[in-house]
Amino acid sequence: MLHLDHFAAVVLFALFASVVFGITQRDTPPRMFRYGLYCFVLFVGAVIVLSWVMHFIAH
Amino acid sequence: MRRRITNPLTAIVVHCSLVSDPQSLTPDHWTLAPGFVRYSQEGMATSPNKKNQAESGFVYLPLIAGWLVPGAGHFLLRKWGRGALLSLSILAMFSIGIAMQGKIYAGAHDILEILGMAGDLGNGLLYFVSRAAGWGADQVTITTGDYGTRFIVVAGLLNVIAAVDAHNLRTGRKV
Repeated sequence: MLHLDHFAAVVLFALFASVVFGITQRDTPPRMFRYGLYCFVLFVGAVIVLSWVMHFIAH
Repeated sequence: MRRRITNPLTAIVVHCSLVSDPQSLTPDHWTLAPGFVRYSQEGMATSPNKKNQAESGFVYLPLIAGWLVPGAGHFLLRKWGRGALLSLSILAMFSIGIAMQGKIYAGAHDILEILGMAGDLGNGLLYFVSRAAGWGADQVTITTGDYGTRFIVVAGLLNVIAAVDAHNLRTGRKV
């Protein structure tokens, strides 16, 4: 059984989802790469920001 | 007999005739004035080209193949790189979900289970194989199992997006 911590699961999720988004939502390879990278940064960045928000709410 | 189209009304009539019944008028009958109307006959019955001949066949085949096997729709269209990346991503996501003891939705008892099952069904053959093999957990008992369940559902949804993308490539909506 695979045990991933929350952040590792988030990074893997973001990676795979960004690859699919990049390939399917853009037409040319450079634009696919840029859009995939954009999605990845948004995924991971949103998780980090929301995590800190929840941390400050809890404390 | 060849006629030269010189006014807009005639051009519109010819265009509509060609769209409604391509066999009724052929290029031998009409000659457009240079620069007057840019009319492409690519893809029409009057001027079949090699690309259309190569892509003839069941138009929904990439969609169905892409749903059943992740990336297969792109492989059918000879998009090897895209297909490989899509296949790798979706298979990895599904496998990680199973390895994390994620749940495979089997029944449809309430709305959330129906939605989860709809997402799981997006995995195509992977869903049926995993059901038959008894992979995944019946009940989520650990935290990572809940993450795994989401991985499996999202892998199915991403697979549907990839299959639709293959269909768009096949129909020419996307290059």
